[in-house]
Amino acid sequence: MSTTLQHAPLIIAGRTFSSRLFVGTGKFPRPETMRDALAASESELVTVALKRADLSGAGDAFANILEFLEPTRYLLLPNTAGAQNAEEAVRIARLARAAGLPTWVKLEIHPDPNYLLPDPIETLKAAEILVKDGFTVLPYINADPVLALRLQDVGCATVMPLGSPIGSHRGLETRALLEIIIEQARVPVVVDAGLGAPSHAAAAMELGADAVLVNTAIAIAADPVRMARAFAAATAAGRAAFEIGLGRQQSRATATSPLTTFLG
Amino acid sequence: MPTFSQVFPSLPLAELATAGLGTTPEQLARILRRGRALTLDDFAALISPAAEAHLETIARHSQELTQRNFGKVIRMFAPLYLSNECINTCSYCGFSRHNPIPRITLPIEQVQREGAMLAGRGFRSLLLVAGEHPKFVSNGYVTECIQRLLTHFPSVSLELGPLETVDYLPMVAAGCEGLVVYQETYHRTTYVALHTAGPKKDFDWRMDTVERGYAAGFRRLGIGALLGLHDWRSEALAVAAHALHLRKHCWKAYVTISLPRLRPAAGGFQPVNPMSDRQLALLIGAFRLLLPQVGLVLSTREGPHLRDGLMPLGITSMSAGASTEPGGYSSFDENWAPGEQKGEQFHIADERPPELVAEAIRRHGYEPVWKDFDRSLVVAE
Repeated sequence: MSTTLQHAPLIIAGRTFSSRLFVGTGKFPRPETMRDALAASESELVTVALKRADLSGAGDAFANILEFLEPTRYLLLPNTAGAQNAEEAVRIARLARAAGLPTWVKLEIHPDPNYLLPDPIETLKAAEILVKDGFTVLPYINADPVLALRLQDVGCATVMPLGSPIGSHRGLETRALLEIIIEQARVPVVVDAGLGAPSHAAAAMELGADAVLVNTAIAIAADPVRMARAFAAATAAGRAAFEIGLGRQQSRATATSPLTTFLG
Repeated sequence: MPTFSQVFPSLPLAELATAGLGTTPEQLARILRRGRALTLDDFAALISPAAEAHLETIARHSQELTQRNFGKVIRMFAPLYLSNECINTCSYCGFSRHNPIPRITLPIEQVQREGAMLAGRGFRSLLLVAGEHPKFVSNGYVTECIQRLLTHFPSVSLELGPLETVDYLPMVAAGCEGLVVYQETYHRTTYVALHTAGPKKDFDWRMDTVERGYAAGFRRLGIGALLGLHDWRSEALAVAAHALHLRKHCWKAYVTISLPRLRPAAGGFQPVNPMSDRQLALLIGAFRLLLPQVGLVLSTREGPHLRDGLMPLGITSMSAGASTEPGGYSSFDENWAPGEQKGEQFHIADERPPELVAEAIRRHGYEPVWKDFDRSLVVAE
């Protein structure tokens, strides 16, 4: 797949990724299934919730999700899920660094535990602190173009706007705003959350997103391994189409009488 | 902002319950096409006798919503009973003040021993339970228990007698994240009849406890009714209304609902209007369709066969290998036979050890998650 649809590599904070599909590690029915699905996705960046992991270094057999993630195969992107404000997010990120995890962090701050929508104010605050502290920060945000610019300005490595609420499978409901974010971005744009079908991932890539992050749709699929492959193929296809350039959609027939012939 | 006890009297719950009983097939069809309950009227329809014929469809919607929101995982927790001392008289509870059971409040060292045993069995999430007794179960005692247990448990929650916000502050500061308070029954007359003495008599004070806890900083709030004290449909409607209230007024809190059915206990109280297993399954589905993101807790009050079957229908959290007697984990000896624990709150129905429950969860295609919280989120190291 990747040979026929080869696309330009993605570079984030100086690191090159040949896959533009990022995958989350929550919600899987078994850690072994997660490991196999990640392998099938050919992803090179996977995110893991720090709250699920043992950060004490004691090798807790009942919190061993990290053991199923090969650090040579993936860049591990710890995320701060569970944090309700900047202080908590910064604290758990620093703890992860102290535990020897990568200094890349997916900044997720959602005080509302129901829709897990990101808090823009706390996210900006935490991003500033973590960037200054030497972290490579990838913030999860609502599809808010101004916030995306503010986060770029404080030094975030990407912005990760949502397509629709986490787990909703509704695809690119924020399309109009994603278009603005992509148009204005100086850093890679990763569309995160709400991508319920491979076609959603393809659509995000066709729109010009630099990458997509998928979790629920793969994790709860009847066959997560095949679904991971399907998302990988769709992501690559969408990216290839974007690079080639898609013809503009025509909503009506072209007018037969030219408007400008009078100009000679 | 009004508390739930302030709005509760004006809620038309009795009317909703009555109207629900007359639910028509057309009403149900409309809700099931949508796959969601949008109002308490919808919820009443989903727990109506007419809905029982559609249990399978409701269960499928419930499973799908649960998996999308929570994934294929079940969060594991264990209760740790600190004390069975209690100043309340509650007709249905084994800890009721005048029941002639041996009374004990665990010394801190024994709390630690019990905690270590539970940690050894895999638990990383703990629910501390105690009767209501300001002298034996003092605020300082509870706070010290939390502090000692946090070395083993990233997540500690409380199920104690109601306190003021200011009393909860040190417990939250110590790293405790959840507060569970069952109203027992939302039917005021029944409540008054069953709680004849002690501070628990105050229906409204109890009802607002989780909101006082939220003000102190708890981020997980557990509510529920003890099904078997009053008509279960009315109770379920009240719990649903309470959860909807908390969603609006305590928006940062993750709300969990427990569905405990009354179990045999010292005192010999007999359940009224008992609900069938099918009705329990229906209720799980109805809660899920009304509140897709709410946590639904299934304890060891139910037997293994039913627990295994209900697990994939919308449950998000389960206890396992529970003892409801203070000191019941470390005092356990191999010659013990079921029914011999005299100081327990009630007798559990699923006696499988945690590893067997975890195995059953895996067999159903779910992962038992032991750790889903990190204390560094709430406590500076």
